[in-house]
Amino acid sequence: MASFSKFGNDLYTGERSIDFVGRRKLWYAIAAVMILLSIALPIARGGFVFGIEFRGGSEFQVAGVADLDLEGPRAKAQDLAASTVEAIDPQASPRVSIVGTDSVRVQTEQLLPEQSTQARDALATAFGVDITSVTASFIGPSWGADITGSALRALIVFIVLAAILMALYFRTWKMSVAAIASLLHDIIITAGVYGALGFEITPSAVIGFLTILGFSLYDTVVVFDKIRENTTEDANSSPRTFAGSVNLAVNQTLVRSINTGVVAALPVGAILFIGAYVLGAGTLRDIALALFIGIIVGTYSTIFIAAPIYSQLREQEPDILAHSTKLEAARSALGGR
Amino acid sequence: MARTTPVKKAWRSLTWLLVITAVLTGVLAYGVIFEKASWAPKLALDLEGGTQITLAPKLGAGEGAPSAEQLDQAVSIIRQRIDASGVSEAEIATQGASNIVVSIPGTPDEETLRRIESSAKLEFRPVIFTDVAATSAAGSTESPAPTDGATPAPTPSLATTSTAVPTDASDPNWVSPALFDAYTNFDCTTLDKADTNVAPEADPLITCEASADGKYSYKYILGPVEVSGDTISDASSGLIANSQGVSTGTWGVFITFNDKGTGEFADVTQRLSGFDPKTDVRNRFAIVLDGKVISAPTTQAVITDGKPQISGSFDQKSAKTLGDQLKFGALPLSFVVQSNETISATLGAAQLNSGIVAGLIGLILVVIYSLFQYRMLGLVTVASLVVAGVLTYLMIAILSWRQGYRLSLAGVAGLIVAIGFTADSFIVYFERIRDELRDGRGLPGAVEAGWKRALRTIFAAKAVNLLSAVVLFILAVGNVRGFALTLGLTTVIDVLIVILFTHPILQLLASTRFFSSGHPLSGLDPNALGAVYRGRAQFRAPVLSPAKAGASREAARRQTIAERKAAELTGTSARGASSTTADGKDS
Repeated sequence: MASFSKFGNDLYTGERSIDFVGRRKLWYAIAAVMILLSIALPIARGGFVFGIEFRGGSEFQVAGVADLDLEGPRAKAQDLAASTVEAIDPQASPRVSIVGTDSVRVQTEQLLPEQSTQARDALATAFGVDITSVTASFIGPSWGADITGSALRALIVFIVLAAILMALYFRTWKMSVAAIASLLHDIIITAGVYGALGFEITPSAVIGFLTILGFSLYDTVVVFDKIRENTTEDANSSPRTFAGSVNLAVNQTLVRSINTGVVAALPVGAILFIGAYVLGAGTLRDIALALFIGIIVGTYSTIFIAAPIYSQLREQEPDILAHSTKLEAARSALGGR
Repeated sequence: MARTTPVKKAWRSLTWLLVITAVLTGVLAYGVIFEKASWAPKLALDLEGGTQITLAPKLGAGEGAPSAEQLDQAVSIIRQRIDASGVSEAEIATQGASNIVVSIPGTPDEETLRRIESSAKLEFRPVIFTDVAATSAAGSTESPAPTDGATPAPTPSLATTSTAVPTDASDPNWVSPALFDAYTNFDCTTLDKADTNVAPEADPLITCEASADGKYSYKYILGPVEVSGDTISDASSGLIANSQGVSTGTWGVFITFNDKGTGEFADVTQRLSGFDPKTDVRNRFAIVLDGKVISAPTTQAVITDGKPQISGSFDQKSAKTLGDQLKFGALPLSFVVQSNETISATLGAAQLNSGIVAGLIGLILVVIYSLFQYRMLGLVTVASLVVAGVLTYLMIAILSWRQGYRLSLAGVAGLIVAIGFTADSFIVYFERIRDELRDGRGLPGAVEAGWKRALRTIFAAKAVNLLSAVVLFILAVGNVRGFALTLGLTTVIDVLIVILFTHPILQLLASTRFFSSGHPLSGLDPNALGAVYRGRAQFRAPVLSPAKAGASREAARRQTIAERKAAELTGTSARGASSTTADGKDS
């Protein structure tokens, strides 16, 4: 703690400074590689895997089951049905519900025709009913194109409005551009991790993505507010170059960024751990993975992408350029630093 | 400014928070005792199960299966209708070749079922002939008039032998002997069962008017469709006001036509208002929904603005249902409920419990980390999170009662994630206070100065979050809306807590010896924060001021030798210049 708070002090005073803005070529290169990987790996794996909610799938209904054990929160019948289908196709990710009092409904990924026949047989045997009591049909996507369409439209409207809001608040559109650029970086990488790991994209994952969007912009606004403060208050009387002021602001908020990143990631990490290791694949894992990656990438990108881009966008402005040139000249007259 | 003011303010804020909490608890308690609310939020389909309704298309003889586009369109319209009734996270999908499966949490009431299955095909047809329906109004002289002042007055001169070709939709020549015969024998009670009340748009229609109790009061022969429901651009419901703008206390549906509908409607009302409302039924204009007459008002004037009102036997609920149905358009097909069965949860309690356990573990980790980073100040974080948790819980329980909000597993995860977002407000604030302490302020001054700066940042950042929540809630459909509601809710509560709880608590703590003396365990020890390095003697005694220049002053002071020399060379004596600005702003 003592050393960490000393670290914070040194960052604040500038005694210790990490050159986030100056080494931007390195960060851009890293981002470029990450983005390329995020695009290339999913393509290499054959694209994203969409869940049954997006693509539709097979549905089996077992009717007239005599003694359904309905005790307990998740009836034994549900586990039985799930394991029966998984024995035929391990990738089926079945969702099982009890319908009425004597029927079991199983929804799975789209099965091949022969798998479907097998599944009917197996379900009939498992529940001790006649094969005619097991109906198989196709279930359409519950997350239809209309939901995706409306969500995308909402997303675009949001990004445009957020860009306008930020431009008004910070009084410069360049901050909006930098923030949106780092947002895109976050979305591509988070999506890329899903594609690369071959995780199924479910509605929960999509909701995780949407949360990340908010978080990424939120984090950027917090840091940019400090940059705004540092760069507007001294302006031309500052002994620092514009890039130097931006860098100082990032360093001064670094402790905040780390603390926020850790505090936000801890609960999500707990969900991810429980979701992945205790429960196996499911809603919790889907949403937590998107969030976990997104929080880390979102915090990272504010510091390593958004701030350098903003600095770069502004450095060429005549006022700022003149100020920097003056400082550079003075420094070289002194024989450099 | 004396120290008493922040303390007084702090107590005032805390009182407000208490009042808000009490009001929310009171509202929920009222709901639990007098209405159908419960203390616990309702759970969504994945955790609690619900009802699965299978809809099959109503197909006429010789009609083929509906096309995939028709089904998709129907799914989309049904989804919008369900969304309009609240955020219940229903699941709607096509099944097989022609069915639609709607899964909704809980047990749907009659109103919900009607909202889902009713095709909401609206037509406006002129009345040609009517009398009291034999089934319901027989012997009842008190039979209520369907609309104000519209007494059914059969036209005595009705030609039952039609030879001439009808010239317009109100022309009695539409009524052929065969049609009149069909009319005489038509039994209104068969309306629900058969497809008898379906007629092509260009043909006359025999049907009845339904009253609130489900009985049929009037039987009509209607002309061909003059204005069709496709031309409705918007619909809403509300209380109908009279010409003086005073509410009449009756519920109605307000329709807005597009340009085509407006023109057609104006033409028809022009023609119909030519008939005498007292003696000629042809003055009346029937509003037909799914083949049944909702009402057939008299035409008092020409309606040219394309915004008619429909009054009938509505109550608030049924008016809203029809308004929503019309707003999202008619279903391309008619459906019948094929089955309506309960359905169990797919995930169940094990998943929910794991989620909650994960949340608790996460919370404990956050507590440990906060205490490690901020010492006693970490406890303020924890207390703030607890208060935020209580408010969130109350709001969710209230929304679950009023808006039909349902907590899904994804929603639970969203709430757990909100811990991180909420805690960030505190972190931003604490770091600001520390910055001010590093500048050599006393604690009460640092709290006030840090607060002003932190609040600005918090407002800006939370505004972005709130914006995303509002945009997604308004524009998106389905599960995304539930998410947006959760996000918006936690954001608002977060800001509320930091203003009404965290800041006041810090104001109070700042006046205690433990914190203001900078005890090493307080997390606000100026020595640990390096304030001493700078020589506190340089600073005036801590004052409350809106110190705008703190950080830049600090930055100037901490320049490296090279930078200082550079600055001196450029003619801006950094130390001098910055202290002047600082003094100027502070005084």
